[in-house]
Amino acid sequence: MHLARVIGTVVSTAKNPELIGRKLLIVQTVDAYQKPAGKPFIALDSVGAGVGELIFWCRGKEASFPFPDWDTPTDCTIVGIVDSVFVDDSRRRVL
Amino acid sequence: MLLARVIGNVIATQKNQRYEGSKIMLLQPINPDGSDRGSTMVALDSVEAGVGDVVIVVQEGWCASTAATGEPGAAIDSAIVGIVDTITEN
Repeated sequence: MHLARVIGTVVSTAKNPELIGRKLLIVQTVDAYQKPAGKPFIALDSVGAGVGELIFWCRGKEASFPFPDWDTPTDCTIVGIVDSVFVDDSRRRVL
Repeated sequence: MLLARVIGNVIATQKNQRYEGSKIMLLQPINPDGSDRGSTMVALDSVEAGVGDVVIVVQEGWCASTAATGEPGAAIDSAIVGIVDTITEN
């Protein structure tokens, strides 16, 4: 899973029937410090996320598991809305 | 599987119900020498890892879901499955 910022929405009329009623959002993956990392892509929403929110997404076959029918054609789904992020990269343990 | 360093955690109230009760950790993937590799990522914890720990992460849904929640079929694609004690590179 990765953190990402929702930066837009996508509207599609002619689509797979399993996608009817689902929200398509454009997400920009970000790093722990919320700086953009990589290019934006489209994710299916499963938690009621909206534009501007920090979320985390799940990729692959597992992305279809939040939906009643596991055949929902998605490879990237938003599975959580982030309330807060705690980062402490100073405690590096020396192996 | 990959090596990563735990750098923090994420709090989320509105989330997939299968995530409830699990710790959502922020990870920085690393090389065997400890240097950073790629962008940070998020994974569920199954071994009580803490900030600063070097951990082993699986990135396959079935085993990540089983490790983190006890059964497969959850929308989880990565989970921490071990805390590293030592790394020896020849």
